[in-house]
Amino acid sequence: MTSSVAPGVRLGRVSFVWRPWLVLVTLLLTAATFLVFCLSISVGDFPVGLSRVIATILGRGERVDEFVVMDLRMPRALAGLVVGIALGMSGAITQSVARNPLASPDILGITGGASAVAVFLVTVSGGTAAAVAGSVGLPAAALAGGLGTGLLVYFLAWRRGIEGFRLILIGISVSAVMQAITTWLLVSADIRDVARAQAWLVGSLDDRSWDEVRVAFWCTVVLMAVVAGVAFQFKPMHLGDDIAAGLGVRYSRVRAVLLLCAVLLAAGAVSAAGPVPFVALVAPQVAMRLAKYPTPPMLASGLVGALLLIGADLVARTALPITLPVGVVTAAIGGPFLVCLLVRANLR
Amino acid sequence: MTYVDMCTTAVERPAPEGATHVRRRLVAGLGTLVVILLIAAVVSLAVGARALSPAEVWRGLFAVPDSDQRLTEIRLIVRTVRLPRTVLAIVAGTALGVGGALIQGYTRNPIADTGLLGVNSGASFAVVSVIAVFGFANPFQYVWFAFAGAALAGVVVFGLASIGRGAGNPLTLALAGQGITVFLMAMTTAVALSDQDSLNALRFWNAGSVAGVGFDVIGPVTAFIAVGLVPALIALPALNLLNLGADVARGLGVNIALSRTIGIVAITLLAGAATAACGPIAFLGLMVAHIARYLTGPDYRWLVPYAGLLGAVVLLVCDMVGRVVVRPGELDAGVVVALIGAPFFAVLVWRGKFKNA
Repeated sequence: MTSSVAPGVRLGRVSFVWRPWLVLVTLLLTAATFLVFCLSISVGDFPVGLSRVIATILGRGERVDEFVVMDLRMPRALAGLVVGIALGMSGAITQSVARNPLASPDILGITGGASAVAVFLVTVSGGTAAAVAGSVGLPAAALAGGLGTGLLVYFLAWRRGIEGFRLILIGISVSAVMQAITTWLLVSADIRDVARAQAWLVGSLDDRSWDEVRVAFWCTVVLMAVVAGVAFQFKPMHLGDDIAAGLGVRYSRVRAVLLLCAVLLAAGAVSAAGPVPFVALVAPQVAMRLAKYPTPPMLASGLVGALLLIGADLVARTALPITLPVGVVTAAIGGPFLVCLLVRANLR
Repeated sequence: MTYVDMCTTAVERPAPEGATHVRRRLVAGLGTLVVILLIAAVVSLAVGARALSPAEVWRGLFAVPDSDQRLTEIRLIVRTVRLPRTVLAIVAGTALGVGGALIQGYTRNPIADTGLLGVNSGASFAVVSVIAVFGFANPFQYVWFAFAGAALAGVVVFGLASIGRGAGNPLTLALAGQGITVFLMAMTTAVALSDQDSLNALRFWNAGSVAGVGFDVIGPVTAFIAVGLVPALIALPALNLLNLGADVARGLGVNIALSRTIGIVAITLLAGAATAACGPIAFLGLMVAHIARYLTGPDYRWLVPYAGLLGAVVLLVCDMVGRVVVRPGELDAGVVVALIGAPFFAVLVWRGKFKNA
């Protein structure tokens, strides 16, 4: 009996289950993410050694290094870190709430809505669209598009509560509408704008500035805190609404808060880097398998997302003969990886 | 009333009468759909930038050419522009409708769609690649590669999903399809970004249109679809049994592997050929299969023919709508399918018409 049940720990009013393996995996992932983060900064046309990168980040670097590290490369690396964490966590939340491993923000229409708005601003030149694009910028507009679509999906799926199955189907249909609008905009647009829109659509970390990263960064930090605040009510929700209610979870409120967080995380990530495919879908599944945990673990999913995104960006910049947007690489790594996972799971 | 009387009333009368009633209703529905399809086809020949009366359509189709300038013009419009796209809409719509119903049946997955199985993305990738590599400009040149890409992606996804223990698990199939789709889409974008000609072709092809394709393409595509329909229809009784669960079906004498293989071949032929000719028209099969299930119930022997006819009608109507709403331009049929189909589908979802299978 004692060997099969994980020991519970109680500290005052807070209790949790002590899972050494999950903690170990999370710590290892943190270390790996930090390493890749530093590696991403150190590699480039002007290489900076790993130790000097770490020294500079800690505020004890030389002037030259400081310029290269903090001003030139940090925004890109930080964008990768923040976007990766946001996508990973967003995927973990949607997959858990919908209780379906396919329910990533891509399927729920969030990235589709952000894409449609962004493509609209890129392709429709002149008039109000150009004025909007000039004043609020593409990232903010994409954020609004993603948020609006996410809320639309949520309210359309609302019928005496939210149900995973209905959420997915409504999400698919809203995604389809957004995709159709995007396709139509691309067909009727000028070919030069189409190339720009297409480059945005695949997801990229090129030419990030501190301004773009700052918004996504604070967004992600605040949302992580919110998610952490309600995450303890999360596990019972996997057991179904009735059991969750019996265990004292106000599931409709918790679920609404969590889904709103997921939508904001995904929309923020898309606004900073474009709809980078696959990270939100695969990161929670990988984290789940690494942590040997029955549901997607929040923090570990975010870390796997960051690891995947920064690593893919590193590969896109250095290992390939031509420079590709990071989204191509995440998909190229992620697609076969998911297939491998499936085949292995089947053969076991 | 004696005991014997009660038995005869219970056994002989109500049950057969109920079954006959249902069958009569289903046959009547099928007939209604055929009539609707014919009307839609005639309207499709008449509607467009230059509106024609039914009499003019008739003359344009069957009158012998003479020196009359007006008649020659009508003949040209009807025969070279409207007839091909009407025929293609019917053929491709049927294929996608039947394909959608079959995919949902064989995967036992209510959200299955040709888009989900990577068929669309396989075709897209093939088209973009051959345009970038060989510089093809004519749809007739790359339509075959689109077909090959669609078929290959479908077979790979089905193959991956049927390795080992996960064989026939809807979730495995959906995940494999998603993996291949995302992978192929990224590769497509990578090629398209490096070659402007293929980017340009891709955006038009991607919209999913039944216009601008001649009978030289429609003929072979129709042949492929006809070949795909035969095994699809033959396997329907086995499909009914498969939906009782693999164990029950095996117990009732169904060769599971054989009937799944037949299903894969049929779906790939139908969806691949339709996608090759029109470009990816997502969502039609998904939507139509659900409507058909709502109309007929779970019996695939009725559901699949209904889905085929509905698919033809819906694609035809969407093509017509696309011709009239944004004059003088046109909306592609694939865009209209999504814009009409998705909200309609959302309403059905919201009203709880679909239950989690």
